[in-house]
Amino acid sequence: MPAPRSRLTRQRVRAAWWMLAPMLIVLLLVAGWPLARTIWLGFTEAGLADVEAPRYIGLTNYLYLLQDPDWWRAVRNTAVFAGASVALETALGLIIALSLNAHFRGRGMLRAAILVPWAIPTVVSAQMWRWMFNDVFGVINHVLLSVHAIDTPIAWTASPDTALLSIILVDVWKTTPFMALLLLAGLQMLPQECFESAKVDGVHPLKVFFRITLPLLKPALTVAIIFRVLDALRVFDLVYVISGNNRDTMSMSVYTRQQLVDFQDVGYGSAAATLVFAIIALFTVIYLSASRAGREL
Amino acid sequence: MRRSPQYWIGRIAFWLLLALIAFYSVFPFYWAIATSLKSGSALFTVDAWPQHPAWDNYVAVFREQPFGRNILNSIVVAVSTVALSLTLAVAAAYALGRVQFRGRRLLLFVVLGVSMFPQVAVLSGMFELIRSLGLYNHLPALTLSYLIFTLPFTVWVLTTFMRELPKELEEAAIVDGAGPLTIVTRIFLPLMGPALVTTGLLAFIAAWNEFLFALTFTLSSEQRTVPVAIALISGASSHELPWGNIMAASVIVTVPLIALVLVFQRRIVSGLTAGAVKG
Amino acid sequence: MAAITLDNVSKRFGRTEVIRDVSLSVDDGEFVVFVGPSGCGKSTLLRLIAGLEDLDSGRVLFDGDEVSMQAPSSRGIAMVFQSYALYPHMSVYDNLAFGLKLAKAERPQLDARVREAARILQIETLLQRKPKELSGGQRQRVAIGRAIVRSPRAFLFDEPLSNLDAALRVQMRIELARLHRQLGTTMIYVTHDQTEAMTLASRIVVLNQGQVEQVGTPLELYRQPCNRFVAGFIGSPKMNFVDGRVSQVESDTVQLDLGRGQSLAARTPAAATLEKGATITIGLRPEQLQLSDTDNATLQGEVIAVEQLGSEAYVYVAGPGDEALVLRCDGTTPAHVGETVCIGVPIDAGYLFDPSGRALPRAA
Repeated sequence: MPAPRSRLTRQRVRAAWWMLAPMLIVLLLVAGWPLARTIWLGFTEAGLADVEAPRYIGLTNYLYLLQDPDWWRAVRNTAVFAGASVALETALGLIIALSLNAHFRGRGMLRAAILVPWAIPTVVSAQMWRWMFNDVFGVINHVLLSVHAIDTPIAWTASPDTALLSIILVDVWKTTPFMALLLLAGLQMLPQECFESAKVDGVHPLKVFFRITLPLLKPALTVAIIFRVLDALRVFDLVYVISGNNRDTMSMSVYTRQQLVDFQDVGYGSAAATLVFAIIALFTVIYLSASRAGREL
Repeated sequence: MRRSPQYWIGRIAFWLLLALIAFYSVFPFYWAIATSLKSGSALFTVDAWPQHPAWDNYVAVFREQPFGRNILNSIVVAVSTVALSLTLAVAAAYALGRVQFRGRRLLLFVVLGVSMFPQVAVLSGMFELIRSLGLYNHLPALTLSYLIFTLPFTVWVLTTFMRELPKELEEAAIVDGAGPLTIVTRIFLPLMGPALVTTGLLAFIAAWNEFLFALTFTLSSEQRTVPVAIALISGASSHELPWGNIMAASVIVTVPLIALVLVFQRRIVSGLTAGAVKG
Repeated sequence: MAAITLDNVSKRFGRTEVIRDVSLSVDDGEFVVFVGPSGCGKSTLLRLIAGLEDLDSGRVLFDGDEVSMQAPSSRGIAMVFQSYALYPHMSVYDNLAFGLKLAKAERPQLDARVREAARILQIETLLQRKPKELSGGQRQRVAIGRAIVRSPRAFLFDEPLSNLDAALRVQMRIELARLHRQLGTTMIYVTHDQTEAMTLASRIVVLNQGQVEQVGTPLELYRQPCNRFVAGFIGSPKMNFVDGRVSQVESDTVQLDLGRGQSLAARTPAAATLEKGATITIGLRPEQLQLSDTDNATLQGEVIAVEQLGSEAYVYVAGPGDEALVLRCDGTTPAHVGETVCIGVPIDAGYLFDPSGRALPRAA
């Protein structure tokens, strides 16, 4: 027959809940309540003027949303953006991580160098690259023209062909350091004996990479990738600053904000917001179950 | 011992790669600095470094918008939200990291889940809340709304740090008669200096960077924070952006941040990886 | 001062039963040592007494009052941890004073008690230092001092000497014994080192896999182990065990056939209960065996190794069983590897165990 818990245990559990309470209350206030409101508003036809008692219209907003080509374009843009940037960031991040994993003089300096893009605020990065991408005065067009890679200047951020690409490039520049650091941490946790015995056996470095490093790194890689995809799906700052409400590049978040703030269609915008949340939530669940493997919480 | 040509080619290729990585990382920032020092028509040339570097753009930045005030706003908001988060998070981290109770796992997942919220999902609800509290176009609106990402992050990272403190230290305090709050404030907190610095720094950078809420919840240019100010710098006409000014503003904001990040490099790296990989 | 009693105590971690229905009592003022191999549950038992773990069933009593539900600080115990667990950011003085400060003791009394404890442990000169400036031995003293300041009813030690080097360990052992004589408080001490157990304890509790194997004074455990486990655990080097079959039974002696043509006689009051052919294990302590020339109750074998320690030597002889026999000889022994030797075994020396491991009665 199990004995009841001692006073010490009970005291600790009670204290734990008291210590959690303030944080939980705040979280409920800034996250729980606004989210609930947004979901509710998605079922109404609220505008910014009459948010007091909006009319309930059920799934009408969602029906419109799913038929809006702009919405689907935003979804496509976001998906392309997420897929391309995460793929590039992972590949480049891996290369940088492998380089940093080697021992050489000036390793610290290189690590400091790659932290620079990460340290710069997103908005600032966007502006810096916008200037470099400028069709008339930008340095990128200038260099490409002078080596005759192109004949006429490219309107990187305005032209529908290249706008999304330029945004992807900026994100890759900005976020690769983060990926590189994550992967470096993963690399450094791998057991060194495998690599040492491969070296003694004289296995070719490329083979070592594909047959030993990559498989061992898979769990850390998976977690990092899903984490980054989650972030990429939420993108707003970069897209908005580089190309504003341009339909060719707008992400789901930009679309939503436009509905909410610019068009003041709070009900419709909230429905969009709820959809975005649902998509992110799905990926969050995937992330949590992928990262659960091999860790006790 | 003579090394094979392959070895030297490999070495050179490796160093070339490193140089490329370094160049790729740092060039845009260098270019921003160079641009910011070009005045007048020099902006429209593509010289690697201005022939007559001048501070004109920097002066203009402060003259044409309340940039100094914007910087102050960013500092106030970032510091206050981080201070608030850390205070709430330390106590919560002890509970989540060191006390066994039913529902602990679920709570940790919930906290992690909140950090994944897309900001647009709470935008309308948050906007309502801020308006009803009368905080629209005031800085406290930002301090409050930023908690949605600073709080989960600080809780998560501090919980990881809390878990690693030695158990016997806590038990000695228990035998001495210390309750949980005493243990946190008098035993653990003094040991968590580095952890608080790391977490605070990362949260500060995130708050400093924030754009969407700052854009939506402020109206007048005096109340803007730095990211919004930089994004909205406008010129004489709608098509003529004052790139010199924009680059100058960017450099002003970035230099201290880069300095901060470089000084606290190790801490930041360990904090980032603690948050993501080790979880 | 307290007499401590454990009444049918059990504890489980997950699915593993770590403590199985343990009952024992410690008298007021005793120095009791819990000893056993890793994982036997001795630390868990100590922590149950301290109140740092909850019981799954059973009771813990101090002087007859049940304390099972009480928090550690209200039980009146003090604990000394293996890693000392000193508060790193506080000075030695503050470390010692912390518990009293929490209990809101008055300044003068607090100061007096801290200084008294420091005096007893000879650490008065260290009061303003921080733990990281102290050596291992000094830290250990501060940890003990912190316990003394609490004026506890019982001291609980959790392997306090494990992190010290050998020489320091011997010195601290003597200190602890002196402390016990001086303070007279009940002390419960956990260790895996049987030397510490033998030298410090007034009584020893031998634990194995969550159960008490035997409780007794050091000499009782040495001379009258109740089973094979205790016999093998107490005494260093470890007792030799040889399996044999009863070939002859007389009134108080048995003759054992050990295989390979060797046999031994052993005396036991229970000789009459044994049948011919029964399997009996005989235990022989290395210090009881001697190299000899005579045929008196003798074993034979080839020397396979000699470990020379100066004052003594351990001689390993291939015996009748699968394992080698260890003999403790004088350092001047002429034995060398490869030599065939005769081993003298006094007839009273052998410890006899039945197939289940239980000890047969031994002549006192």
